[in-house]
Amino acid sequence: MSEPRMFQIQEISAHPGPVPGRGTQRAVQVAKYIDVTTCIGCKACEVACVEWNDHPFRETTFDNTYQTMASTEWNYWNLIKFSEQERDGNLMWLMRKDQCMHCEDPGCLRACPADGAIVKYENGIVDFQQEHCIGCGYCISGCPFDIPKFKQETKKVYKCTLCSDRVGQGLEPACIKACPTGCLHFGTKDDMVALAQTRSRQLREESGFANAGVYDPQSIGGTHVIYVLHDAARPELYGLPANPTIPPSYTVWKWLAKPAGLLMAMLGIVAVFFHRVTVGPKLPQPETEPPAEPQPDTVEAARKEKP
Amino acid sequence: MSTSVERFDERARRGADRVGQTVVRRGELLRHPVYTRVLHWLVAITFILSLLTGFAIYSPWLYPWLTPLFGGGPMTRFLHPWFGVFFDVFFLFQFFNWFVPMSWTKTDSRFVRHVGEYATNKEKLEPEDTGFFNGGQKLYFWAIAASALLFLVTGLFLWFDHVVPRWLVALSYVVHDIAALVMLAGFVVHLYEGTAAQPGTFRSMTSGTVTRAWAWTHHPAWYRDVTGRDPRADYESALRRRDERARAVEAWEREQDARERGLDTGPGGPPPPE
Repeated sequence: MSEPRMFQIQEISAHPGPVPGRGTQRAVQVAKYIDVTTCIGCKACEVACVEWNDHPFRETTFDNTYQTMASTEWNYWNLIKFSEQERDGNLMWLMRKDQCMHCEDPGCLRACPADGAIVKYENGIVDFQQEHCIGCGYCISGCPFDIPKFKQETKKVYKCTLCSDRVGQGLEPACIKACPTGCLHFGTKDDMVALAQTRSRQLREESGFANAGVYDPQSIGGTHVIYVLHDAARPELYGLPANPTIPPSYTVWKWLAKPAGLLMAMLGIVAVFFHRVTVGPKLPQPETEPPAEPQPDTVEAARKEKP
Repeated sequence: MSTSVERFDERARRGADRVGQTVVRRGELLRHPVYTRVLHWLVAITFILSLLTGFAIYSPWLYPWLTPLFGGGPMTRFLHPWFGVFFDVFFLFQFFNWFVPMSWTKTDSRFVRHVGEYATNKEKLEPEDTGFFNGGQKLYFWAIAASALLFLVTGLFLWFDHVVPRWLVALSYVVHDIAALVMLAGFVVHLYEGTAAQPGTFRSMTSGTVTRAWAWTHHPAWYRDVTGRDPRADYESALRRRDERARAVEAWEREQDARERGLDTGPGGPPPPE
């Protein structure tokens, strides 16, 4: 919901032709860093998100966990997911801050049929432009992380903007600002990956988490929100897909078969037009005027005239 | 079930004929009663509206052209499923109305095999066993029936995408598109065959009648059924009459020419009065 011209746009959903100004500005790739191992589940990020975005409050739900509600909502973009797992007979109380992952190859944008409803900036932020949204909900099925949420009353879809309004003013996102433990950081993607790798190495070598690692799934070209996980081999423990993918309907079908289908439709129209011109109509028989003697066509007649 | 459907259709046709009317003039045959015509155009209108709203969402290249026709993107998105629902409802009635004459027979398989000769006008008259509908029309009817069902099922999944799994929405998206392309291909041919390709056909869906010549040319077996006459014999006699008439006209013209030449007054027109 930020100003659309704050950053240079790199990709526009359902846009015919190239994106104006693409590649004309130097922009660093940004990323959010989330270290789930130092998250204490205080939910300061949740509150900061609601505060900064001036979201109307919504009721929370209780399901015998610490979790505020079952999933993110149209006015609750940032949610810590609590998951209880076992490791060597001990409880692992996993807390993961869930929000839009800002994929390098965004499934929501691929699925969207409305020109300009979803944009991706050169810095990697994926942003919804609700004034162009038609409310079809395709982005919801295109997203591998179940992030876009539909608001029934306005028939628009909402999600985390990575605080593009703050980032555009040189500020860090509100959730980062609020975190008291330093498990959240914001910076360039390179810096955040380096930080995540250092932290993972520390966890592996010094804290006994042999499988600790970075979650930056390459199946969607990487994400602009990266996690440090205790067990990077099993992201499912944290409710993250191991290999997030976009349905081929929105990649293969949409970008290959759709233009092919349109071409076929156009050829069909051209075909019947030229059928009329060449073969001609099928008239009720007998035609009212008997056909004349076959006429030589002009080229043929001219050729015959020559000696 | 079929009998109750038939009874319903019978009542509907009678009711529609009380409201509207079909005037059959001399040398014409009743092709489509009022009920069929009204259904056809209700299906056609909702189909075209669904097609335009659907293709607006189908392709980024059509989106900026077609959405303004319906008051913008959100309105297009809102209208499309409702146009589709009405299309399906109207088509359901047409389906029951035409279910019997559209049943597939060996004649239709033969027609489809020889569709090339039909399309290139090699054969001016359709095969003598072509009934009320030919194989091509039946093929289009059943393609619509199948597509309408696919549209309805996948359309509901796409409409209520928050209650069905993500993969089903993604799959429905493709199936909905394929059904649309099949329908579009059929629609282009249907539109062409009903207007420019076969003069005399369009009126069967407006005033409801066709000429006898049209009937023995395009649907000989139907012509035999409704008139009890032999379509080929009637064609032959019409052909003979036409040629006789042409010869008579020619003779008259020659006579007329000769008379004018006899009174030839030169290039200056008629002579001035003396």
